[in-house]
Parts: sequence; C-alpha cells; structure tokens
Amino acid sequence: MNDDDGVLDRYVPLVDDEAAFRAACDRPLPSVVRVNTLAADAERVARAFDAEGTGYERADWHDGLFRMADRSPGTTWPYAHGWVHGQEEVSCLPAMALDPDPGSRVWDTCAAPGSKTTQLAALMDDSGVLVGNDTSLGRLSALRHNAERLGVTNLVVDQQDARNYSLNGFGFDEFDATLVDAPCSCEGTVRKNPDTLEKWTLDHVHEVAGIQKGILRRAVQATRPGGTVVYSTCTFAPEENEAVLDHVLREEDCEVVDWDCPLESVPGVTEWEGESYDEQVTRATRVYPHHNDTGGFFLAKLEVGGTPDDAAGGDAEVGA
Amino acid sequence: MSDGEGAPGNDGSQFDRLPATAAEREVEGRATRAEVLDWWETRFGVPPETFADHTFWEKGKGKLWAFAGDLPSPQEREGVGMTVLRTRQEHWKPTTTAVRKWGHLATTNVIELSPGEATAFAAGHDQDLPEWDGDWGYLIATHDLAGEQVPIGVGLYLYDELRSVVPKGYQEELPDLGE
Repeated sequence: MNDDDGVLDRYVPLVDDEAAFRAACDRPLPSVVRVNTLAADAERVARAFDAEGTGYERADWHDGLFRMADRSPGTTWPYAHGWVHGQEEVSCLPAMALDPDPGSRVWDTCAAPGSKTTQLAALMDDSGVLVGNDTSLGRLSALRHNAERLGVTNLVVDQQDARNYSLNGFGFDEFDATLVDAPCSCEGTVRKNPDTLEKWTLDHVHEVAGIQKGILRRAVQATRPGGTVVYSTCTFAPEENEAVLDHVLREEDCEVVDWDCPLESVPGVTEWEGESYDEQVTRATRVYPHHNDTGGFFLAKLEVGGTPDDAAGGDAEVGA
Repeated sequence: MSDGEGAPGNDGSQFDRLPATAAEREVEGRATRAEVLDWWETRFGVPPETFADHTFWEKGKGKLWAFAGDLPSPQEREGVGMTVLRTRQEHWKPTTTAVRKWGHLATTNVIELSPGEATAFAAGHDQDLPEWDGDWGYLIATHDLAGEQVPIGVGLYLYDELRSVVPKGYQEELPDLGE
C-alpha cells in the first residue's frame, strides 16, 4: 500500500514508467507564478524580481512562467502590483488551447477562483466579453478579487448552474469559445494537496462524471457553430475524461480536434475497465506528473459542428 | 424596486449603466459618464480617451464599475468589469485597483514615495510627510521599481500626514528596495 491509499494503483496500466510516476506524485510542487500581461511583460517582472532580490527560474516552455526559489510570491512587489499570479504550470494549458481572440465572446463555465479566467482575459487583451461563471458565491468572491487584482475589466461574473446556463440579458445568444475546466476528483493535484486521495471514492468519481457531462453538453450547445470548446480536468480517471468526451460526442454536434501541446504528454485512452470510447478521444491530451515535473492534467479541444444560423444573428445588436 | 441600499430608484441588487450626461439622468444622485471622465482628468490628469472603450455602471450606493465594452442595462450579475470609483460622497474616491491599472497615466496629485515610505505604505501604515505641497485629499502613491515609477495604491493626504487606504486584502509586508 502506498501513501495514496492505493488510488494511484488503478492508473499503473496507463502510465509508461510506474516508478517515475509514483516518485513524481510524492514530490511537492514548486511555487509558480504566471505573468499578467495586462499589467507587465515577463522582462519587466524579471527586472523587478532582480531589483528586490527574489530568486526564480524561468520555465523553458512558456515565457511568462517563473518558478519561485524561496519566498511566497505574495510578499514580492511584482505580486503586489498585480504583475504576476500564482498558477501551476500545467493549468496554463486550457486557456492556451482555447486561444480566444481579442474582442470575442467567451464563457468560462467553472471559473472560480480565476487563474484560468484571468489568463483568458489577458489572451483577449481585456476586450470583448468574458463571462466567468460559478455556482458558489464564496468562490465567486475569490474570482472577483483575483480579477480586480490583475486589472481585468472585460469580465462579467455570474452565478448559475452551468448545466442549464441561460444567456438571458447579454444581448447575444451564443459564445465564440467556451472553457469547461470541470469540477473533478483532482487526483492530479496530489503533489499540492497530499490529502486529496485520502478522501477519494469511486462513487465520487461517478458523481462528478455526471456533472461534467451536463456542463460539457451545455457548453457545446451555447457555443456557435465553428466555435471552440476546451474540456479539462486535473484528474487521471478515464471515467471523468475520455468517457465524458465519448458521451458528448454521441449527444451533441461536435468533434475532438488536434492541438499542439507544448508540454510532454500522451494521447487519451480508448479502453478502460471493459469500456471502449470513440477513437477521437486519442486527440485528447494526458499529462502525467513525471512527464514535465508538474501536476497531472487532461485536456481536449472540441470544435462545435452545425452551420451558422444567420437568422439568430451572432452579432445581435445590444441595447444602449 | 429598491432593497434600501441605495437612494430612491437606485436598485442595489443590479448593475445600471451610467447616463451619458446630466440631461439623461433618471436616478437621483447617480454620477454621469461625463462627470466620471471629467473627475479623472481634473483630479489626476488621466485623459478621457483612456476610457473610450469602457462603459460605467453603478451597483449599490455609489460604487462604480468600468466594463471593457457594451452590454444591455441593467445587468443582474455578481460583477460587471472592475470597481473604479466611489461616488455619492463629498470627495469621490478612486479604488486601489483602478489606480493600479490607470495610475501610470496620472500627471497630477501623484506622490512619489522613497523605498522605505513605499514599504510602509503597502503595509497599510500612515506616515508623517510634511514636505508634500500639493492638494490635500486622495492621491496616487507611486514608487520606483527597476527604474520606473509604479502606482502602489490610493493615499489620503491630510494635515501633513499620508494615510494609506490600501484595503486590508491588498496590504503586504514587502521588501524595502532601498536596502
């Protein structure tokens, strides 16, 4: 029996190097910050860290990620100015995969506490409409605080159940792009929160999988034909990953598309515990902790099908 | 409907877009877009075109928000853009976050702090600063970081004293860059 109460045993058949996988899961993660390009660029952040004597190492795969050497990033001037935000390296992938255009309409279905939301705002150059939704008022207050801290002004914060989300009142009826960073069993965050696996149950995995399917289906419905939906979790469980994609591929008009993951990763799996999934799930991305010394992650990029309905008017006039 | 938080006609549960000018004002006491632009320019020299792409909204009693675009009004949401200004009081007060976002554009009522003063200010401490000979009231406090003046937050200058009004959630013990 391992420290993880045996939970990780079930994923051994999926990983290429069991020893490296287990060793990585036992190591703590470094503290990492992402540069908030709405306030400063990476070189300015580096100059400021140098001026105050804060040690760091730059990530080689992303210009705006700094691994902090010692101090908590909260006690640095760049943090106080909103130039950086604490965010795990691997969790930068969903917003990069969604890659929203400035001026577009984007829905972040499960936005709080807002690391990925504020990253989306930066990619949108703080323009267009970014809707950050969550069900919990407490988490929404953290989202608002983070968005304000980073100087985001294109964000509408909303509290609804994403599974039956209504766009009433916006003056438009579909989004260009949607992120579903779904609530999950969080096995991939074991390096940050070692007690995650102590509370793990298979019942919970099945319960959140139901919620994930509902949110992803609504995301596809609320996104315009040709638009992009990114689905991500921080769990290894195929029940919450490939099985959710398989479900939405059967129920909604969309397809999984290739994307270029900048980190080392492996494809999604088509077989798990007697179930088999649509071949398209191999275009999804699995990131294991030992691949890049990060947390674990799952991500898929979907393109919404169908043809644009001109009558509905994707560019509907909004009131004054 | 009013929940009693705002003045008559100001529904504290929703975001209402500010009227463009006083002639279009329907809710008593509500600031106008023209007044907001004029205030930033008069108090801090921030040019009105800075906010050309932003709409302004009121929620609650005098709490103004800036949103980077256009939306139908009202909005029943938890947030619309970013808080920028507190009105409906004798002296309008900019928010810390607005000053951090647009304060680098300010040309007046900006107080440049020494490294030690900046550290004390960021931690929320009030300090005696009798050398300030500008206006009293709300100032933008800045410090030098890697060769550039950077806004830290809002100070209130009264009676030879600079009071830090950095909200508790933003107060930090930060390095003294003079050491």
